[in-house]
Amino acid sequence: MSVLHKTLGIGSSPHVTSGDSVDTIMRNVVVALLPVTVFAVYVFGIAAALVLTTAIISCVATERFLGKLSNRPGTLGDWSVTVTGLLYGLTLPPHLPLWMVAVGGFFGVSIGKFLFGGLGSNAFNPALVGRAFLQAAFPQAMTHWNAPSASGQFFDIPSSTLTIPFVSPVFDSVTAATPLAMMKFDGIQTASPELFFGLTSGSAGETSSMLILLGGLYLIARKMMNWRIVVSILATVAVISGAFAFFDPVTYPQPHFMLLSGGLMLGAVFMATDPVATPITNAGCWLYGALIGSLVVVIRFWGGMPEGVMYAILLANAVSPHIDRMIQPRVFGVRRGTG
Amino acid sequence: MLGFARTETFRHGIHPPEHKDDTCHLAIRRFPFAPTLVVPLSQHLGKPAVPIVREGQEVVRGQTIAEADGFLSVAMHAPATGIVRRIALAPSISGDMITSIYLQAQPASSQEVAEGEPCDLASASSVEIISAIQKAGIVGLGGAAFPTHVKLKVPEGKHLDTLIVNGVECEPYLTTDHRVMLEQTADVILGVRYLLRATGAGEAIIAVESNKQDAADKLRQQLPDDLPVTVHVCPVKYPQGAEKLLIQALLGREVPSGGLPVDVGAICVNVATTAEIGRLLPHGRGIQERVITIGGPGVRHKGNYRIPIGTTVRFALEQTGTLKNLSRVFLGGPMMGAAVSNLDIPVTKGTSGIIAFTTDEIGENIEVYPCIHCARCVEACPIFLNPSQLGLLARHEEYLQMAENYNLLDCFECGACSYVCPSHIPLVQYFRLAKKMVRKLEPAK
Repeated sequence: MSVLHKTLGIGSSPHVTSGDSVDTIMRNVVVALLPVTVFAVYVFGIAAALVLTTAIISCVATERFLGKLSNRPGTLGDWSVTVTGLLYGLTLPPHLPLWMVAVGGFFGVSIGKFLFGGLGSNAFNPALVGRAFLQAAFPQAMTHWNAPSASGQFFDIPSSTLTIPFVSPVFDSVTAATPLAMMKFDGIQTASPELFFGLTSGSAGETSSMLILLGGLYLIARKMMNWRIVVSILATVAVISGAFAFFDPVTYPQPHFMLLSGGLMLGAVFMATDPVATPITNAGCWLYGALIGSLVVVIRFWGGMPEGVMYAILLANAVSPHIDRMIQPRVFGVRRGTG
Repeated sequence: MLGFARTETFRHGIHPPEHKDDTCHLAIRRFPFAPTLVVPLSQHLGKPAVPIVREGQEVVRGQTIAEADGFLSVAMHAPATGIVRRIALAPSISGDMITSIYLQAQPASSQEVAEGEPCDLASASSVEIISAIQKAGIVGLGGAAFPTHVKLKVPEGKHLDTLIVNGVECEPYLTTDHRVMLEQTADVILGVRYLLRATGAGEAIIAVESNKQDAADKLRQQLPDDLPVTVHVCPVKYPQGAEKLLIQALLGREVPSGGLPVDVGAICVNVATTAEIGRLLPHGRGIQERVITIGGPGVRHKGNYRIPIGTTVRFALEQTGTLKNLSRVFLGGPMMGAAVSNLDIPVTKGTSGIIAFTTDEIGENIEVYPCIHCARCVEACPIFLNPSQLGLLARHEEYLQMAENYNLLDCFECGACSYVCPSHIPLVQYFRLAKKMVRKLEPAK
């Protein structure tokens, strides 16, 4: 029988698509994070590798477990939980006990993502929800930092890493204050090149501004990230802190220090840009970025903690639906105010 | 327009692969007559035509076989010399059965086209030209099939200054307008003369995209000095052929939501329609054939064909040959064309192409992910809707809210949002359904 006598399938137009899909975007985010990830392991040793691996496994396992439990299988294929796990791991102190890593990962994916309805419905960035939980539950462990490439012992597994659950960890490595803590509590400003290349203490993936920007540029070039959010955050931080530093250079750090230190780069490029929890219009994204930038400066300057990127992003996530309600595109042929 | 550089295009939109190289160099060829032609009485927007022939009657090719029913309707002409076999329901692209005239072509006939009363450009008035266009059964050949004469009648109180001849042809695969501009340049120019006379517009712009530079060059070469006509070459972008967007691209004017181009002093006529006006009116003939692209990866002998109206898609594809792994056939381009499951549907005046895809292009089920708010649809939508939000509301069947708060009814289903969606959400399909539901629900309010 000729093919023309078969019943042909139909479908709604358009009959062609761009070819991009959610899983390709997510895989590209993983690719963009690879330099940062490799560098984290290089600088903080095998301990960082263990933290990152545990973070990814705990997040993926949580998603799989909850997916099975609720009869929504196969959500691992969209790769979103892998991105969450990797991002989550990169925000953690590299010597954090692994059981805490696992608990935070479970919390982030279950409460931060699954409870809201899974991919596309999470109001907050799940990676940051997990981290915020740890920050609240284990404030000491979450603020214990070790020096980069500490005494060159790459293969040493610090005793804190393998602490038994619910036992206070013993940190045996040399404590090293983060650049932001040094600034806040001692008034010492770390040199910019060190910050740019990432030879400071800090969370596993936040130290190298250079590699973070590299990953961001890759995603922007592939049109998989809204650059306006990144630019808006960084510009807001630079402008506000620049103004303070201009009038009171003794108390306030220089804007380039503000930009390169702490979690700002990682947060601005990879955390604040999670499309699910950001406004949908470009105008909304500028506003959202400005909000994050202002909050970061406020928390860093006047808050109790040296760093505020995580809370700034989570707060802006919460505001994002309201920004969308306020700002909608102006429809063709409709005058503003008359629609 | 002087003083600063204007990029002559609209904002947003997409760049799907054009796939026009397969057919854009192939000259228009005449398609054979099918043994039976099916001429639906409703091939246009508006009231169906009224048949003026009986079953069993012999007709001559080009003879009027159905007359317009009121102003919002056009006449139909016999696509071949032959016998009216029956007047009965036939399947149509919309899925509805439509009353159609089944015509059995006379194999031995010379298929000479009957001439009617010519419409002389030199002496005809505006009203006479508009009436001649209606009698010739001319509708928008770009795909919408809106009766052309209705557009041309400028409503009282409106002023029309610019006639836009739309040769943009932004749909991938289609190259009919391109070939018509190259091969029927004189017809296009004569058609423009008729249209200027009918509408009283002061100037005309023929718009093409830069992938048809050869057509633009040829038109410029042949444009006589006495005609106030310019040729504009726009950068390639989909959906530039949509009239509201083309008007914005060329004139910088925004047609109001729910309004017509004439509200901003412009009208848009497809270039193939214009060519038909120039070709038919001097002889008093009517549309009984049109140029279509038969192409796509599933077709063996791709090309541009002048095909009798009423030829079934099955006959057309039998003649051109298809590949064995055919998976989808649609009429029109891949962005807005409607897929057909039944190949006995006839080619009508609004059919700009028959495109066939194989299993290589249309795979099995594509996985649909949840919306991740990536905003690609918002960036693509040429009329600045929020397809992401509309899609969410459609899933919750909040149709009226879609219309009231998110301008659903401004959507013209160009498909840009679905094209870019990485979650493969069938947004346009949702919106089509939602628009139908709104039209159903609204009178009840």
